[in-house]
Amino acid sequence: MMPEQIDLASFSILLLLLPVAVAPFIKRSQRLLSSLTFFVTGAASLLSVIAGGWSVSTGQTQKIQLLIGLPDLPFHLRLDPLAGFFLSVIGLLAFFVSVYSIGYVKGILAKRSVTSLAIFYCLFLAGMYMVVLSDDALIFLISWEVMAAASYFLVMFENERVENRRAAFLYMVVAHVGAIAILLSFGVLAGLAAGFGSFSGYTFDAMRSAQFPLEWATAAFLLSFFGFAAKAGVVPLHVWLPEAHPVAPSNISALMSGVMLKTAIYGIIRVTFDLIKVFPWWWGAIVLVFGLVSAVMGVLYALMQHDLKRLLAYHSVENIGIILIGVGLAMIFTSFKLPLLAALALTAGIYHTLNHAMFKGLLFMGAGAVLHATQERNMEEMGGLIHVMPWTAALFLIGCVSISALPPFNGFVSEWLTFQAFLLSPSLPSPLLKLLIPMGAALLALTGALAAACFVKAFGVTFLGHWRGHHRPNIREAGWSMRLGMIMAALACFCLGIFPTLVIGWMDSIPQQLVGTGLVTSAGTFGWMWLTPVAYERASYSGPIVFLGILSVVVAAYFLLHVKPGAIKRVPIWDCGFEKINQRMQYNATSFAMPIRRIFGFLFHIKEHTGIGPQSGHKAFPKKLHYSLRVRDRFWGWLYRPVIELSFWISRKVGRLQQGRIQAYLIYSFLTIIVLLVFLR
Amino acid sequence: MYPFLIEILQVLILLAIAPAFVGWVRVLKCWSQSRDSAGIFQPYRDLRKLFSKDVVLAENASWIFRFTPYLVFGTAVIAGGIIPILSVDLPLAATADVIVLVALFAIARFFTALAGMDIGTAFGGMGSSREMTIASLAEPAMLMAIFTMSLASGSTSLSHMAQVILSGQPVLRPSIAFALFAFILIALAETGRIPVDNPATHLELTMIHEAMILEYSGRHLALIEWASMMKLFLFVVLGIAAFAPWGIAPSGNLMAVPPAFIFMVLKLGVAGIVLVLIETGLAKMRLFRLTEFLGSAFLLATLGMLSYFILE
Repeated sequence: MMPEQIDLASFSILLLLLPVAVAPFIKRSQRLLSSLTFFVTGAASLLSVIAGGWSVSTGQTQKIQLLIGLPDLPFHLRLDPLAGFFLSVIGLLAFFVSVYSIGYVKGILAKRSVTSLAIFYCLFLAGMYMVVLSDDALIFLISWEVMAAASYFLVMFENERVENRRAAFLYMVVAHVGAIAILLSFGVLAGLAAGFGSFSGYTFDAMRSAQFPLEWATAAFLLSFFGFAAKAGVVPLHVWLPEAHPVAPSNISALMSGVMLKTAIYGIIRVTFDLIKVFPWWWGAIVLVFGLVSAVMGVLYALMQHDLKRLLAYHSVENIGIILIGVGLAMIFTSFKLPLLAALALTAGIYHTLNHAMFKGLLFMGAGAVLHATQERNMEEMGGLIHVMPWTAALFLIGCVSISALPPFNGFVSEWLTFQAFLLSPSLPSPLLKLLIPMGAALLALTGALAAACFVKAFGVTFLGHWRGHHRPNIREAGWSMRLGMIMAALACFCLGIFPTLVIGWMDSIPQQLVGTGLVTSAGTFGWMWLTPVAYERASYSGPIVFLGILSVVVAAYFLLHVKPGAIKRVPIWDCGFEKINQRMQYNATSFAMPIRRIFGFLFHIKEHTGIGPQSGHKAFPKKLHYSLRVRDRFWGWLYRPVIELSFWISRKVGRLQQGRIQAYLIYSFLTIIVLLVFLR
Repeated sequence: MYPFLIEILQVLILLAIAPAFVGWVRVLKCWSQSRDSAGIFQPYRDLRKLFSKDVVLAENASWIFRFTPYLVFGTAVIAGGIIPILSVDLPLAATADVIVLVALFAIARFFTALAGMDIGTAFGGMGSSREMTIASLAEPAMLMAIFTMSLASGSTSLSHMAQVILSGQPVLRPSIAFALFAFILIALAETGRIPVDNPATHLELTMIHEAMILEYSGRHLALIEWASMMKLFLFVVLGIAAFAPWGIAPSGNLMAVPPAFIFMVLKLGVAGIVLVLIETGLAKMRLFRLTEFLGSAFLLATLGMLSYFILE
């Protein structure tokens, strides 16, 4: 009998538990443990890519019931195209990152034990696979918690630093507030599906077959959206993300930003399109508005950063926003019974999910390579790395071009599809939406352009110019396994950008499953070279021709100009005849973002201070200038500070109960029993 | 066969006429300021001079610095194959709609900005920072203008848009008028003309585009200069194709191509006059007033969209 896809997927999860099981026995040999872990996770990830990709391309749905679980409440697993898609996205990036980790973790081995890293890395991956495979609320929440707890320990990996512990704590709090909301949402759905007296509504199948009254469905949707948004880092629930992602080891940051956030996207799509199914348009509008706000705020905050990994983390907020724009538009189109447009918007959203996993994984791996080589996260101290790390620089550049939505790479395709979905909004029947939705397209355009500015800054300050720091360390290029992981991710970015029609054809079973119609009949009419999402007259794009066209002109121009060998003279930089230029005169991350900071400054909490140091001689020639700048998230003061203060206030009040005297505690127990006896007779 | 010939012809026209158009603008500007001009062919002589000179590179210039001129040139040439200049029968037109076209210009800008930061001088970084800021403000306005234009024809494909306008009766639509005004403001910003940037100055405090390419020399500079001439030409023909395509040969009509060329030259002449009137009439704006300038472009484009829904 042929192994079925879901068996393959389950096997890959079991395989991930192997290193966890043997880790305590071989922790003496750290080198063996690390190679075993990453070899096994690489193999398991490949298996899940195959399982997921296969189930997407066949469009089949398979289920199994596990023999373990609570009494009478067995666990259910299910592999349908949607789950298969997310399984293969997670698996693909996990494969690249596992290859990368073989080299990356070698650098950590010298400094500390990697046993906890190895164990929680496997559990983290297993948790993510289980989340997308689960088919009942119980195992979904258990896997969700495994994923959150494992990633908490990974963020805490370098736990001797206060900022890491603080970030991990904040992450844990937000993750749990979100998890409670998801639990409540499933509670509402399960209760409505089979009555609040019975437990049989906990399977997703029961929820699928139920009809929900609008007000209860709305409550469930809002709760689950809140919970998943907290995990995805949607503004204003994003504050944990730029704290937690940068402090984890870089391979973990790549996975957290690249795919862990996507499990929340998966959750939103699963709950709305698959479990609840029928919803009013304003649910989509909520998702769209939060997506737009996240996209714009995420990129603006990213521009203000000078820590390379924090900058990338804020870009995850932005990209989650872009994905939610697609999902929100798909929800609006679905509620107005426009399935083809919904399929387009949904395809744009999930395509961006795949793309973001690839380029964000690539960028975090690149940032990890830089961190590995320079021991520095602050971009203000870097520069000129392109000369010493040519591979990392070129691969990081591919990531930058992809995330900035420039053709012919992948980020452009999904943003282009999102724009096309926006441009079709005039076919909505509601005049108000017709007028308002195009504004969203303008915000998306703003986001794309600001992202390009941000990555000119990130790449330009890190890799170009001269080294900005005072002491230049001895920098070496990343090793082969790290390079290989990045090369594969870069190739994925390129192929996803050049062959969008093939990818859309592959993932077409997802819109068919969720909104009832596919896109391939209109998207692939003219063969693999042409992407025509709605109709040929409407819009078309051909990645291969754009790429080959530019390439051939570039090559032709190069050879025409090099017919006779032209001399290139290398000279020092022209310093306009004044004193010698030094490396501190270059533009840096702060100065690059200054015009944008000034224009959009009202969105931030900015403290800028310029001071003049001791003077010698005339007042106009101070010896030293001090400049300090602090840009803070306004949301922290608006939303979080009051909540934190309130919870401290309540705990102080509750703390009065703690008398420290045994008599008082006995009275509390006695009173509790009396109260319980009165109410629960 | 014949669409491919048109395609090649268009690219040749782009390469050949773009410097002449810039020369025409400079001649007009000289006349309007009662100066003697160097003639319409001066840009060709400039290019020839630059191509024959040796390249002088800064010591720490990386491959990005050397690759950028070719890429900028390449994207400009490809864009010339997409915009209907002479005829709407373009095989390449289907490879890219207006959004892709805008993204093509964005690649060139992205790499030019990187090249500006490559050498590590203050000027380069300053130019890159300003250029990317202006681009990010111009982009939403550009998209709104595209959106408004695409409403009437139901398409973002340029040759299809032009065909729809060509086959219909010439009517004055208020939405298109608003979009045209917005487009002119954006085009001034994107091509670096007064009041946003001054292509003729190398004054430190006001440079934007020139600051990024300050370190270039020889054939690299020639390619960049040629590409920026083509960019100006392309924005003009883009405006013509989207707002006033009359004269462009419709599909399958070979006889209409020579008159289309004459029409194109006439329209370019008029566009040059309009450009010079704007440039002599206005002073260069401070960098931080550009928010208002591009904000009004956005507002105009939005008004265009609203008027389409309300009036048409």
